[in-house]
Amino acid sequence: MKNFYKKFSERFIEGLLMISSTITSLTVVLIIFFLFKEGLGVFNKKPLEEGYAVVINRLNSVGKLNAEQIKNIYDQKINNWSELGGANDSIYLFRMEDISNYYTDEQIGENFEHLPDCLNSIVDSIKGVIAFFPEKYINKSFKGKQLEVDKVSLKEFFGGEEWFPTSQPVSQLGVKPLIYGTLWVSFGAILIALPLGLAAAIYLSEIAKGRVRRIMKPLIELLAGIPSVVYGFFGLVIIVPFIQQAFNLPVGETGLAGSIVLGIMALPTIITISEDAMRNTPRAMKEASLALGASKWQTIYKIVIPNSISGITAAAILGIGRAIGETMAVLMVTGNAAVIPTGILQPMRTIPATIAAELGEAPDGGLHYKALFALGCILFIITLLINLIVEFVSTNRKNTKH
Amino acid sequence: MPLIDENKLTKSKNRNQKIAFFLFASVGYFIVTILVAILSFIVYKGIGVINWNFISQMPEEGMTKGGIYPAIIGTLYLVSGSMLFAFPIGVLAAIYMNEYFKDGIIKRIVRMMTNNLAGVPSIVFGLFGMSLFVNKLGFGDSILAGSLTLGLLVLPIVIRTTEEALKAVDDTFRQASLGLGATKWQTTRRVVLPIAFPNIITGLILSIGRVSGETAPILFTVAAYFLPKLPSSIFDQAMALPYHLYVISTSGTNIEESRPIAYGTALVLILIVLICNLIANGLRKYFSKKVKMN
Amino acid sequence: MYKLESKNVDFFYGTSQALKNINIAIHPNTVTALIGPSGCGKSTYLRLFNRMNDLIGNTKINGQVLIDGDDIYAKGVNVDSLRKKTGMVFQKPNPFPKTIFENVAYGLRVNGITDKKFIEERVETSIKQVVLWDEVKDKLKKSAFELSGGQQQRLCIARALAIQPSVILMDEPTSALDPISTAKIEELIYELKSKYTIVIVTHNMQQAGRVSDSTAFFYLGELIEYSATKELFTNPKIERTQNYITGRFG
Repeated sequence: MKNFYKKFSERFIEGLLMISSTITSLTVVLIIFFLFKEGLGVFNKKPLEEGYAVVINRLNSVGKLNAEQIKNIYDQKINNWSELGGANDSIYLFRMEDISNYYTDEQIGENFEHLPDCLNSIVDSIKGVIAFFPEKYINKSFKGKQLEVDKVSLKEFFGGEEWFPTSQPVSQLGVKPLIYGTLWVSFGAILIALPLGLAAAIYLSEIAKGRVRRIMKPLIELLAGIPSVVYGFFGLVIIVPFIQQAFNLPVGETGLAGSIVLGIMALPTIITISEDAMRNTPRAMKEASLALGASKWQTIYKIVIPNSISGITAAAILGIGRAIGETMAVLMVTGNAAVIPTGILQPMRTIPATIAAELGEAPDGGLHYKALFALGCILFIITLLINLIVEFVSTNRKNTKH
Repeated sequence: MPLIDENKLTKSKNRNQKIAFFLFASVGYFIVTILVAILSFIVYKGIGVINWNFISQMPEEGMTKGGIYPAIIGTLYLVSGSMLFAFPIGVLAAIYMNEYFKDGIIKRIVRMMTNNLAGVPSIVFGLFGMSLFVNKLGFGDSILAGSLTLGLLVLPIVIRTTEEALKAVDDTFRQASLGLGATKWQTTRRVVLPIAFPNIITGLILSIGRVSGETAPILFTVAAYFLPKLPSSIFDQAMALPYHLYVISTSGTNIEESRPIAYGTALVLILIVLICNLIANGLRKYFSKKVKMN
Repeated sequence: MYKLESKNVDFFYGTSQALKNINIAIHPNTVTALIGPSGCGKSTYLRLFNRMNDLIGNTKINGQVLIDGDDIYAKGVNVDSLRKKTGMVFQKPNPFPKTIFENVAYGLRVNGITDKKFIEERVETSIKQVVLWDEVKDKLKKSAFELSGGQQQRLCIARALAIQPSVILMDEPTSALDPISTAKIEELIYELKSKYTIVIVTHNMQQAGRVSDSTAFFYLGELIEYSATKELFTNPKIERTQNYITGRFG
């Protein structure tokens, strides 16, 4: 009986442990599920604000437009229906605020009770009209035609050059500016952090005396512990004004400010990982090189660095990964302009910063909300790829070591 | 051997080495200087702000005066909540992965998932926490939702440090215990865990430092700009130090007037991290001395 | 004249003395075996001859170490050039993470030689010297890690030979190898003797007996006995030597 109890409790505990160990895997699965469920939802939605309609005259032969075309109409880049496959009529933009040109307040009514009729007759009487208003003003006798708007397409999402989710009448959901912004800032950061980090790693692992190392190493690890919001704050009060003055810019919040802050933040990752890799170089290998008459420096660049190259690669990739995913510091110093950047001295907006800045204002379940989750999916996929590459690089290293 | 001027060769070798070493040493010291500069700047600007009132009072006049008491309390709640969740689960998971799990494809997958989770950006945790805890499970913006999100974020870190602590325990201890007829769990609980305990605790303290500074995961799961009252249940929103620093330094109309408060808040955050590091290092030294004495 | 000589050598790691008053003189073109239990100082002694111990901080040496009559610890000695006079082979095969060819060419390149043809010739002769040429001539561009342990060790010997040292220092060169590879290396040592002066540290008494002309027995940092190998193994003068070589302590 006692034996049975013992056996039972062993099993019970083992089960408990096993459940705990599956939680991380479960979390990854759940993250994928929720992220992608919401994120992919963006492709199931029209880039039109919910409850609104775009209407045209019933005689107009155009029936369906996509977001870009509508935007071009409203930007007055397209002025004739013939450009959209319709008859040769010039396009007449009707905006809600124009209604006072047609009707007096009395005609519309105190509680807008006659507004639907007014809108109806405007749309019915002007052949080239296009109008955008809430669906609730479309009544039963409405004679106009409701335009069909294409759903957000993959092409629009990844190829679009404008990120303006709250624009009217149609949201502009092109992630190009954000992707470019992320890449500019991250690669700027790695350009700063990689040479510095490698040099420091070489110094720590091969040159520095024991005492210097014992002081410097924990200090650099401390650099990793400082919260990103503190880095952001430091960047905001020191680096941003410095850049503004140094380059004589209207604002200091630029991609460069983000790169510098991120570069500092990526340093500890790069230093610790590549230093570990270098210290793993067998002593005998270094001694063999020195015994052949090589100097210490020759030994470092001809033996130690090639031998730890996979560790160094892993360090660089993880550094980029950290930079791409970093949110708060970037949000605080890059200026967040959603424009495709052409130089590092411009304000930029990265993917994580976009999520952080906009999710609070995006109504749950709406198009904007889902678009931000889609951005989250992109980030998730990038980090997943980075992890897989690092895993591949480091298993490769283990295999060649023998 | 082709004629090579030994002296010239040695000279050029020495010169190259000197230049390279000088460069690397300068970079090393440069990086340390950056760190010291960041720290001393914030200490210099923040030290005058910190006093008992700053720590113990509510913010006043649109965050330009008063203290950061509610943010400290909120961060305290979030740290305790997330550690209550992540610590037991993380340690149990690590025990299973290190002591029980047999090598094979499943173990590799679980390990890969854990590694991947560790690499997921914190803002993605924020998105996930919002859609699962806040919306789907209906916790709303609350300490509960924030703690769970932060807990998931540090879970892989807790697992990793615990696993390292367990791996450092020599296998002969396990074999000796099993050889005496102890079961696996008895061996783990009475032999392995006590030996690994110091390192596990050290890892725990370091992850407290990490959690207290995270901002992105709490943006949409718990953090509030300003609350006139302290939270009274786990379903309430809370203020938190890192979010507080973020909002008072970037938004609002009183950015300039609230700068001193921002410096003070940054200093408090840095102090938390520093203290965690110091405690962890101190514990490590204390325990390693104790082991040597035995 | 002696090829290698040490006169009244003391060596310290910090405060602990690793070698006490060692006097040895080694003739050119001989093989000298250094034997003794672990920690007796034999490896430390071997590493005096190419100043490998300099790499460890906080060490001190008294007395003289001479190569060709020159004190190598005298002021102004060029350590890099000194190390070119001595080749070293280590316990475990430790090829560099480079191709087979580049492993052997390494010593030439770091010493400033750029003549491509010369390097190619020297690499070939060196590999031939260690009887590895036929096995690797078709894969000189492959990674050295693809070779077997025994082949790697012979490659490491070729690497040491390429810079044409006059002394080869071997630190238990066969301790990580199988018996067949070991036999090959021992054969090689015998052949190299005609051109080089070889000092070999070994744990293996039979190996010392097979390959060496003279043997030095170290114990706790002291040189207990040093004489012709045959003499030392058949008729040791000192009881402790006898106890060690007959396996009474180890």
